[in-house]
Amino acid sequence: MGDLIFAVELLITGLLIGLMYSMVALGFVLIFKASSVFNFAQGAMTLFAALTVVGLLPHVGLAMSLAITALVMCLVAVGAERIVFRPLMGSSQLTIFMGTVGFASILEGAAQIVWGTKPQGLKLAIPTTPLKIGEVFVSKPDLFAAAVAALLVAGIVLFFQRTKIGLGLRAIADDAAAAGVVGIRLSRVWAVAWALAGIVAIASGVLWGSRIGVHFGMSLIALKAIPVLIIGGIDSVAGVIVAGMIVGAAEALGEGFIGTYIGGGVQDVIAYAVALLFLMFRPSGLFGQTAIQRI
Amino acid sequence: MASDSTAGAAARPKGTGLFAPGANRIAFALLLLVAVAAPYIVSEYWLRAIFIPTLIFGLAALGLNMVTGYAGLISMGQAAFMAVGAFTAVIAYGKFGVPIPLALLLAGCLAATIGVAFGTPSLRIRGLYLMVATLAAQFIIIWILQRVPWTGSGSFATINTPPVRIGGWAATTTADHYYLVLIVVAAMTAFGRNLVGSHIGRAWMALRDHETAAAVMGVSMLRYKLLAFLVSSFYAGVAGGLVVFGWTGAASVQEYELDVSIKILGMIIVGGLGSVMGSFLGAAFIMLLPILIGLGMHHVAALVGRSVASVDILANAEHIVFGSLVLFFLIKEPHGLARLWQRLTDWIDAKFSTGKTRVRSEDPK
Repeated sequence: MGDLIFAVELLITGLLIGLMYSMVALGFVLIFKASSVFNFAQGAMTLFAALTVVGLLPHVGLAMSLAITALVMCLVAVGAERIVFRPLMGSSQLTIFMGTVGFASILEGAAQIVWGTKPQGLKLAIPTTPLKIGEVFVSKPDLFAAAVAALLVAGIVLFFQRTKIGLGLRAIADDAAAAGVVGIRLSRVWAVAWALAGIVAIASGVLWGSRIGVHFGMSLIALKAIPVLIIGGIDSVAGVIVAGMIVGAAEALGEGFIGTYIGGGVQDVIAYAVALLFLMFRPSGLFGQTAIQRI
Repeated sequence: MASDSTAGAAARPKGTGLFAPGANRIAFALLLLVAVAAPYIVSEYWLRAIFIPTLIFGLAALGLNMVTGYAGLISMGQAAFMAVGAFTAVIAYGKFGVPIPLALLLAGCLAATIGVAFGTPSLRIRGLYLMVATLAAQFIIIWILQRVPWTGSGSFATINTPPVRIGGWAATTTADHYYLVLIVVAAMTAFGRNLVGSHIGRAWMALRDHETAAAVMGVSMLRYKLLAFLVSSFYAGVAGGLVVFGWTGAASVQEYELDVSIKILGMIIVGGLGSVMGSFLGAAFIMLLPILIGLGMHHVAALVGRSVASVDILANAEHIVFGSLVLFFLIKEPHGLARLWQRLTDWIDAKFSTGKTRVRSEDPK
């Protein structure tokens, strides 16, 4: 019985954390859907956003610092589109990916020059006493983070389905040239996609920051979202949510039950190991579109 | 050196054929001369801080360039393959007394085996999906190295090498280590240059430029993609071994994290994708970067009258400059320093040859 409750607790924690992975992964999906670019800089954007929020916090309060950071992220997004990605338009995917690697390096450097490299705590006013449901304890901050993640995901799905720019994003993802021909302004839609990814970065930066502190390791969190993308299918919002929860649960259970035998740290690689299996046997992920290409 | 510059490069002007003494050839000979004479020209500090790491990382970059620049397959795990090589070499030599040349070969072979294993998804997937597989390689390999008992375990697992001896010869001075590295790197570079110029290199480029067309023309994806990963990680493995025997004297797992893989990727972007020479130019440039930035900061500090260069700021300024350079080269000069080098030598050639013809044409009297 004790084991079962332990397992249930792990599972719930895992699922909640998984939703937070989904949220980070969502940033990748946004950019990918809009421009077929894999944005390696999403992690750096998360770090940049979190550091900005924490840096402003003592001066202006939480709401204001979130607002200012949102503005900054929009500027970064527009700047990135203008300076980096417009000149690279039409290059190979490989080239644009390398561009995002360079962009990530700039963002990381800039964020840490402005705000310093010291790890910082970030406290949200959420009680840390766990919630007790039956025999099972659930952490309130995790619950809150998962709720925010869920809201954000829902908001973005609605955005894609119901707004004109969302429609434009989907059109561009289908065929950028054709979308341009029918009069969709590619540059504007891309800037919006990047800005949205920036907003996602703020949310994930703040929530992860409240959990693990704001520091350089944060950009690694985003790298953990990459296996989530592969498992879920890189172009599928639903897939990313399910995959995030799978990864979160696998990590928590793996750490809880296997980790003790091999000295811990299973959660660091289990997601990648699962992603590798998917790459070998089901490259398009759980819900992604299968791009059939046989030779 | 014509084949050194990237595929699709403009036709070289006449006069730079195989035996013609073009500027390129002369410059290359000069570079070689500098490489051989380096211990007599530069201080020991420069040898250790710039020359040796440039050669070693140039070799790893050359390996990455084969898989990324020539075969068009992205790889983010080059540093991890170096780590495999470093630990293989140090354990083979230090624990089992395998002679160093064999230990290096072993390092390359083991890294190559693992490289092929992680490269197999490339047969089914491409592009960004493949990037994830190589990223997985980076994380999983380092994770394993931190946990297996025979590396010493832990995030800072380190094994020191015993004094470096080959047969009766012992490497004692920095110059000795430098020559050891130089010989291995020179031999492998010569081999690599021939390899990319052979049918294998052409097959890689065909796969890169149009996979379907290449397959239709009978280029075996299975063979050449895996071969690219094999050769690439072999080079990384040997480079890792050289780090141990020629540079730091130890294999330390924390020296091969993801940021090093990204740095090597930056080297081939800055140096020139699909260029042997570019791999080394890029490595030299990236190695010089911290020193250049330090100098720049020093001058700024002198101007504003106070020190601006804390260690943190230096490290982060390096990030910014590195990223900007990568972007600059991707946007403005996708063929990197190698193309600039080629332009320079072409320009010198043209200057001299047209100079001569003009003299002739202008004095008919």
